[in-house]
Amino acid sequence: MEHFDLALVDWSRAQFALTALYHWIFVPLTLGLSFIVAFMHTFYYKTRDEKWKVMTKFWMKLFGINFAIGVATGIILEFEFGLNWSNYSWIVGDIFGAPLAIEGILAFFLESTFIAVMFFGWGRVSKKFHMLSSWFVAFGSNLSALWILIANAWMQNPVGTKFNPDTARNEMVNFFDVALSQTAVFKFLHTISQAYIIGALFVISVSAWFLLKNRHLLFAKRSILIAAVFGLIASIFVAFTGDSSAYDVAHKQPMKLAAMEGLYDGEKNADLYALGFLNDRTDNLNFKGIRLPSMLSIMAFRDADAFVPGVNDLVNGNEEQGILSAETRMEKGRIAIQALADYKTAKKDGNTELANSNLKLFEKNYPHFGYGYFKNNEDIVPNVPLTFYSFHIMVALGLFFIAFFACLLYASIKDKLVKNKFVLRISVWSILLGYIATELGWIVAEVGRQPWTIQDLLPVGVSTSHLSVGSVQTTFFMFFALFTVLLIAEIKILMAQIKKGPEEGGSHV
Amino acid sequence: MFNNMSYETLQAYWWIIVSLLAALFVFLMFVQGGQTLLKQLSKTDMERSLLVNSIGRKWDLTFTTLVTFGGAFFASFPLFYSTSFGGAYWVWTLILFSFIIQAVSYEYRTKASNFLGRKTYDTFLFINGVLAPVLVGAAVGTFFTGSAFSVDRMNITNIADPVISRWETATHGLEAALNITNLSLGLALLFLSRVLAMLYFINNIDNENIIKRSAKKLKLCSSAFLVFFLLFVGLILTKEGFAVDPDTKLVFMEKFKYLHNLIEMPIVLVLFLIGVVGVLYGIFLGAFKTSPKGIWFAGTGTVLTVLAVLMLAGFNNTAFYPSTFDLQSSLTIENASSSKYTLTAMSWVSLLVPVVIAYIWYAWKSLSKNKVSEADIENDSMKY
Repeated sequence: MEHFDLALVDWSRAQFALTALYHWIFVPLTLGLSFIVAFMHTFYYKTRDEKWKVMTKFWMKLFGINFAIGVATGIILEFEFGLNWSNYSWIVGDIFGAPLAIEGILAFFLESTFIAVMFFGWGRVSKKFHMLSSWFVAFGSNLSALWILIANAWMQNPVGTKFNPDTARNEMVNFFDVALSQTAVFKFLHTISQAYIIGALFVISVSAWFLLKNRHLLFAKRSILIAAVFGLIASIFVAFTGDSSAYDVAHKQPMKLAAMEGLYDGEKNADLYALGFLNDRTDNLNFKGIRLPSMLSIMAFRDADAFVPGVNDLVNGNEEQGILSAETRMEKGRIAIQALADYKTAKKDGNTELANSNLKLFEKNYPHFGYGYFKNNEDIVPNVPLTFYSFHIMVALGLFFIAFFACLLYASIKDKLVKNKFVLRISVWSILLGYIATELGWIVAEVGRQPWTIQDLLPVGVSTSHLSVGSVQTTFFMFFALFTVLLIAEIKILMAQIKKGPEEGGSHV
Repeated sequence: MFNNMSYETLQAYWWIIVSLLAALFVFLMFVQGGQTLLKQLSKTDMERSLLVNSIGRKWDLTFTTLVTFGGAFFASFPLFYSTSFGGAYWVWTLILFSFIIQAVSYEYRTKASNFLGRKTYDTFLFINGVLAPVLVGAAVGTFFTGSAFSVDRMNITNIADPVISRWETATHGLEAALNITNLSLGLALLFLSRVLAMLYFINNIDNENIIKRSAKKLKLCSSAFLVFFLLFVGLILTKEGFAVDPDTKLVFMEKFKYLHNLIEMPIVLVLFLIGVVGVLYGIFLGAFKTSPKGIWFAGTGTVLTVLAVLMLAGFNNTAFYPSTFDLQSSLTIENASSSKYTLTAMSWVSLLVPVVIAYIWYAWKSLSKNKVSEADIENDSMKY
């Protein structure tokens, strides 16, 4: 795509990646911790045991510190589609805008209204209303995740929509197809359950630190028990939804799957690359390591004999498997784009017949529309090593979490935790692994789908706002500096609050 | 109900919803106004703490309304969202930047080891308090004064340069703040937000000194608000406006367009007059009677006035986001809107808005049973 301003696309992407990855440091903790706080609040409500109140208040306070910066980093994302992706916002705004609006109306107000009650309700509102408010906060924040993930899923799998040549944009034709697409459902379940892992790891990490310091033993043990149960269920669920997501990707975004697996030459009985390294070759001999025979075919198509297309098949085409080459698709894409232009001209001139024939030509070639903007075959290939390693490290960490939570749960029940310094030390650092896994997950999802903003229909290069590179660079560094300063502040405050511990943090109980 | 509505009715309905969100946001900017008054209304740390905690329980609501306004505008008028945000890049970025620094400041200002120190966070609040109303005002002012941009949707077939919306000034939106009409609206909003903040403090805080100082300061602040507000209204009612020919859809300049709109839409005129009287009466109640009811009259008045002003910009064959660079690129509620299907689907969702308002009201009520007082926040481990 040498005819686009590559620097502008790259900096716009960099800015989006920066703001999204920063935002995502805080969101999963909000999603996960909100439920943990709600559980504890409920235990307090049921038992009226002041110890539960202390626990609830302590975690709630940490929740609040994290929530504030999550909100701060989030507002920019709501507007960034317009700020940096102006073309995109018009071409698909008819579909993409709706979930964003619904997110605001249904989720954000629920969250922000009841968060005020949750924090300031102590002694001011009835105990029942107060406890319910904690649940509303949890539902509100998870509901907001639902809608934004529906929007994201639609970009990866644009269903329920039709291009209207008269308005030159995609328009929604079925709301429920968009909201309930398989991609959206899997994406939502995988993402929120993964957020619950972060919530659990956070509670475990902080509590393990208390145990190592021999402080607040009962508090810490109770917290770990709740978190281990929550985390174990969530991590098993993540594995299942991750598998479903891969299955979905195989059908909707074969290039992403090929990149995730580092598969260059497609094959039947394709192996899953379990553990190893990529060389810089562009064939299947590029992988050195442990292979699980036929597992990729099974994962992708639930059939050991199924053919899984590789990067080379998708670029060069594979007649036997009915896969068109990138070149053919670019050709068809250009036909579609030209037909759209000719349709418009003919319509303006009042030549209905010509308009109709061009419309037919356009509709026939529309599935390849986005390819028309590319010049080179390689333009359609994402960064394979980045996607491959992100994916594999994420999966390895995911499997580790299942074992980790199971061990902790066992040790908690047998009351062996306090003595086991080794496990406690791992527990303290486990939260970092959680963050690494979750950020890598987004890299797989978003780098793996390149070069598309809308799969097959709209490349990133055609999506940007018409800005100078300097403007975007300036705001990139503004956000980078500000978010980094705020992150340091957040971590320092969290640390200080944790060191204070629950009694002091919860005060007058 | 919505499925049988005409496309035009749906577009008008969504213009009202978006305007209503904007109007609620302007009212809720009393939080921003309060952030500019922390120093002036307090003499002791405790008094400042009362002020911060009073608006601190509401800031998230203002913030959320802004975010929802953005989402709703995107969903209903995507061509505005794509043209304005991507074009007037700098003015919107600065507005958002000020909200980013606001969002952490309440929570972090008094926390131990907060890295930047309380003064910095209070400065963040002040910056947001000034920038947000002034720049939002300047940006909304362009609904009447226009901006330099061009729009060509068919440009997506131009493979070499597929740009749909193009901003034609290098300052990307900052130029809006230099126009006298836009600036007068910005300053009017700044002083209005301060006026509303003081009325809110009188209602919400149990402290003699703060109430007295608020009532006193209200008089000067309201005068400043009125000067800029009347200047803005005078300027737009006497200026040429961006009219749309209902048959050809061509945009042309019409003398006294907004005055005509006001006269030709009596409902808008009535809304506007009730709104202005409400604001004035609310100010009177606060400044001369130190009555806690002032905020309700002024708040309702603000919502009605903003609603009326935005209806002037969008209804009665008017281009709501005009282009001074290429008149025919101007955005109207007709050419900038989502498809009929999307507007219909979104309209069903909008039926939930009253439910949302009801629970906000209920939560707000139950939290504010007691006024914010020294005893109230001394015992509160969650205080800011």
